[in-house]
Amino acid sequence: MSKLTTMREAIAELVHDGDSVAIEGFTHLICFAAGHEIIRQRKRDLVLCRLTPDLIYDQMVAAGCARKLIFSYLGNPGVGSLHAIRRAVEKGVPAPLELEEYTHFGMVARYIAGAAGLPFYPLRTFAGSDLLRVNPLIRQVENPYGSGAVFVVPPLCPDVAIVHVQRADATGNAQIWGLLGVQVEAAFAAKRVIVAAEEIVDEAIIRADPNRTAIPALIVDAVVHEPFGAHPSYVQGYYDRDTEAYIAWDIISREHGSLMQWLDEWVYGLSGRAEYVEKLGSQVWERLRPDEAWSGQVNYGRYR
Amino acid sequence: MNAYTASEMMIVAAARELANARVVFVGIGLPNIACNLAQRTVAPHLELIYESGVYGARPGRLPLSIGDPCLVSGAVGVMPMSQLLQYYLQRGLIDVGFLGAAQIDRYGNLNTTVIGDYHRPKVRLPGSGGACEIALMCHRVLIITRLSQRTFVKKLDFVTSPGFLEGGEARIRLGRYGEGPAAVITDMGIFRFDSITHEMFLASLYPGCTVENVQEQIGWPLRMADELDMIAPPAEEELRILRQELDPAGRLRM
Repeated sequence: MSKLTTMREAIAELVHDGDSVAIEGFTHLICFAAGHEIIRQRKRDLVLCRLTPDLIYDQMVAAGCARKLIFSYLGNPGVGSLHAIRRAVEKGVPAPLELEEYTHFGMVARYIAGAAGLPFYPLRTFAGSDLLRVNPLIRQVENPYGSGAVFVVPPLCPDVAIVHVQRADATGNAQIWGLLGVQVEAAFAAKRVIVAAEEIVDEAIIRADPNRTAIPALIVDAVVHEPFGAHPSYVQGYYDRDTEAYIAWDIISREHGSLMQWLDEWVYGLSGRAEYVEKLGSQVWERLRPDEAWSGQVNYGRYR
Repeated sequence: MNAYTASEMMIVAAARELANARVVFVGIGLPNIACNLAQRTVAPHLELIYESGVYGARPGRLPLSIGDPCLVSGAVGVMPMSQLLQYYLQRGLIDVGFLGAAQIDRYGNLNTTVIGDYHRPKVRLPGSGGACEIALMCHRVLIITRLSQRTFVKKLDFVTSPGFLEGGEARIRLGRYGEGPAAVITDMGIFRFDSITHEMFLASLYPGCTVENVQEQIGWPLRMADELDMIAPPAEEELRILRQELDPAGRLRM
């Protein structure tokens, strides 16, 4: 059964005010198209989950979509600060933002617990860190098989996970290559899943390379064909990370006013990703197009 | 002699610390460029591992972030972060972790979380990312940061990543983790840690830098090795790789 829909409809139907939302993707495959649609639809009071809030949550916080952030690294990767989130945290502009903070490993472990249906997940990080002092959800349990205590974190089960992928079929079987981040864990942990794909392919393409399938249609609620939907992050083999855009954001986002102007021009003023792609222009896409580097092929064998 | 910047000297000194290392956990910024330089000079068999899920990277350009696509192409392996953090890092397979910091104290504890009170911060910094687990679980940790009174403080506003905590046996009491900080590589010289007290002491100076220069930049009475090492300036080949191959735009080395 096809679950193909538009980003506008997927967000309208599956993301509600007050929801916890995880637009995941570690540097790679961050679905900016979904974040922008959430801003356009003026969703409110969201609990935003992501290891690295990145530009997309900086934009959503500035737009007033979020009341809380669950995260582990609050920076513009390779550039510096996320100024909008800092303004919210340091000055309450445009509104205060609640923080729930972990390390990367802590966040990963929370998603694993959620995906696996476990009540908590043990891990050995956090020892000696002040995170233990400021986050009461990080706890310790005695090792039931030996001596000593081990740290544990509770499951993180977002209401909605939104994952961008290279290709998916119309039912939502999705394949990823390059950095995998926590796409699989976040999707399995979530109650509802939106898959956005650079390409929609025939089921036979998926079945020809089953080791590459990260997310099965079984857990997917909506499939959106959204080419270039991850810009200014990137999609391995399709387009490069737009470093210039990440550097430019450092300037744009320094003042709430200039940031809101940018949102007017690039989010509120556009109907969707197709217009964004066109507005950005072919020169940018040309600059971001990588040379080809194909993998070798493997033989799965045909069994009679 | 070649002219070079203080940052270039620092990157070169950091790369040399990796001589013969096998697996290094690479962070954003200066660690990134130092590890890439080491792989091209003193540690040709060095495997670069990035928390983004890449093992054995051979980046064709200097990655701006630890999630750059150039880390994937040509790598030995790419995996979910859950695998990398558990099977490689927590399992204890990583020799060296490389970290930076906004604040460091004399026991090598690092703060990358807040300046001021956590709940009402003056400056909200990025937070841990993978730094806390890297600091705990790599066999040894190299810290790279520029000297300044703002960075080398008597007391951290927040311990993000533990070094030797309050010194002495404190780190060992945490349980079975890596050995902790081995060196702090700065823009004037290199600190190491006393084997009993675990307090850092100045071990080496770069050409043209003095003990007084260093003392002015740290917030506690400086301890020193009985005999200070003098570090050799960057060699022509190290500078060539830095300038022509790794950072032609001069983003990190200026």
